[in-house]
Amino acid sequence: MKTQKLSVGDKIFKTANGLLLIIFCALILYPLLWIVSGSFSDPFALMTGKVHLWPVNPTLRLYKVVFMHPDIWTSYGNTIVYTIVGTFISVALTCLAAYPLSRQEFFGKKFFTAVLMITMFFSGGMIPTFLLVQQLNMLDTIWAIVLPGSMSVYNTIVMRTFFITTIPKDLEDSAFLDGANDIQFFGKIALPLSKAIMAVMVLFYGVTHWNSWFSAFLYMSSRERYPLQLILREILIQGNTSIAGGGGDNDLIGEGVKFATMVVATVPIMCLYPFLQKYFTKGVMIGSLKG
Amino acid sequence: MKSVENNKKHWRQRAYRSRYLLMMMMVPFLYLIIFQYVPMYGVQIAFRDYNPYVGILKSPWVGFAHFIDFFQSTYFFRLLRNTLTISLLQLIVAFPAAVILALMINELQNKLIQRAVQTIAYLPHFISTVVVAGLVLSVLSTRTGIVNQAIKALGMEEISFMTQSKMFPFIILFAEIWQNTGWGSIIYLAAMTAIDPALYEAAIVDGASRWEQVWNITLPCILPTIIIQFILKVGGLFTVGYQKILLLYNPQIYENADVIGTYVYRRGLMGLEYSFGAAVDLFNTVLNLIMLLVFNAICRKVSDTSLW
Repeated sequence: MKTQKLSVGDKIFKTANGLLLIIFCALILYPLLWIVSGSFSDPFALMTGKVHLWPVNPTLRLYKVVFMHPDIWTSYGNTIVYTIVGTFISVALTCLAAYPLSRQEFFGKKFFTAVLMITMFFSGGMIPTFLLVQQLNMLDTIWAIVLPGSMSVYNTIVMRTFFITTIPKDLEDSAFLDGANDIQFFGKIALPLSKAIMAVMVLFYGVTHWNSWFSAFLYMSSRERYPLQLILREILIQGNTSIAGGGGDNDLIGEGVKFATMVVATVPIMCLYPFLQKYFTKGVMIGSLKG
Repeated sequence: MKSVENNKKHWRQRAYRSRYLLMMMMVPFLYLIIFQYVPMYGVQIAFRDYNPYVGILKSPWVGFAHFIDFFQSTYFFRLLRNTLTISLLQLIVAFPAAVILALMINELQNKLIQRAVQTIAYLPHFISTVVVAGLVLSVLSTRTGIVNQAIKALGMEEISFMTQSKMFPFIILFAEIWQNTGWGSIIYLAAMTAIDPALYEAAIVDGASRWEQVWNITLPCILPTIIIQFILKVGGLFTVGYQKILLLYNPQIYENADVIGTYVYRRGLMGLEYSFGAAVDLFNTVLNLIMLLVFNAICRKVSDTSLW
């Protein structure tokens, strides 16, 4: 069937399309490759602009400096805790809202949907939220990071759409005949049937919490409670690389330390990414269905 | 009369039947009340002179004084201009880029290559804002950055990107395109999977070229999705992603880099002018809401596609 001959125009079209996509991919990958190569290179080669594609005089020196940085490990640990707690809270809130909203005869469905949707278009903003966190005495605690803004309207709608399409009414009816109530049905039947979407949610929220820096920036004041992203900000943006190495060649290795830091901070997500990509895409696909 | 009574009974019965679902819903409901609606209520400090010692409700009313202050300040025009410049650039360049990328990926016949391109294109979306900002600084750095190395290799004078105010909107634009074009294309690719293959078969029988198929079938079929995304983008025209800007700008380039979000942070939170900051922020939110409503109405009139 598909042995149609391509016309000249189609051949040009195909080639141009392929070429442009190759250029696009190269533009995406090149800066990343450069950073990784730079982080394994001799810092002097980096400073003199000799690193272009592959590492020059490979060495782990820069990584030693990063791992000796006093705050990297603490903040790494903090970030792991914040990510786990935050993701748990986010996923729980999302499930608890999405399931009732997905049930046809749920009393108050319209009202609760409106309560949810309004927050998408109107919000109190940075300062009233800050004052609230202050009032609740949550400043400089983990709760300031994991609670405000931890429920995404978009994800809730994605999850609701999933429940509508995969948990049919018949299933519910037969469970109710056996004497189950909504909560039991949700926990024993609906949730186990929703492993795929749960994976999507854990990943969506997990990455968001791992990468988030702004709430910590606003609410945290003790250095020992900083998440990784705030320490990164000091190193990458404010150029504060000198605490690490000691000695006179800080200026020389500063740029290289940044490279190695970027790699260290991004490796966990990049390692998981290839395995998780299909779940992410699936999540967006479900979301794009009109629910 | 009887039917009203029936309805009332029905109402109670329905609520009772939903009691377990209501119990579940209470948790996120209370969460939203506390963390979304209480701050909305707190927005009233924009119309008061907030005094932390007496609290929000006892601070004196000042009406629109903070808004008038803001409108009359020299910052007003500058912030509006910068915010609009940066977001219009993104709307004009980054928004179509995602659509075009989706069309191009869709044209790849080999599924394996298609997946590989998608994997690469989505990758930067998962890198944190801080790291992307660090990446931008490193790539553009004068001594060691690859961009300046290339410029010097071409025999030109090196450019100090981060100190030239005029460059800043374009730097943000490039960072945005680099990080989010691929991710933005997913939604269009999803819409494309729903196109009936029979349309293409009919077009091939009629002798349509590949380009004509893209232009006359694929694009019209995803147009509703494009319109919805466009409305949402326009609705957010006055909110640029200020987190990246906050990381990348410096006082030297405030002239073109300072936007409403960064200003609210600097004056409101850092400068402890809570009421003034809240007023600027509220102005921004309302502006966005109006844009969204107006554009949604226009789109509904013109094209039958709208958010609601």
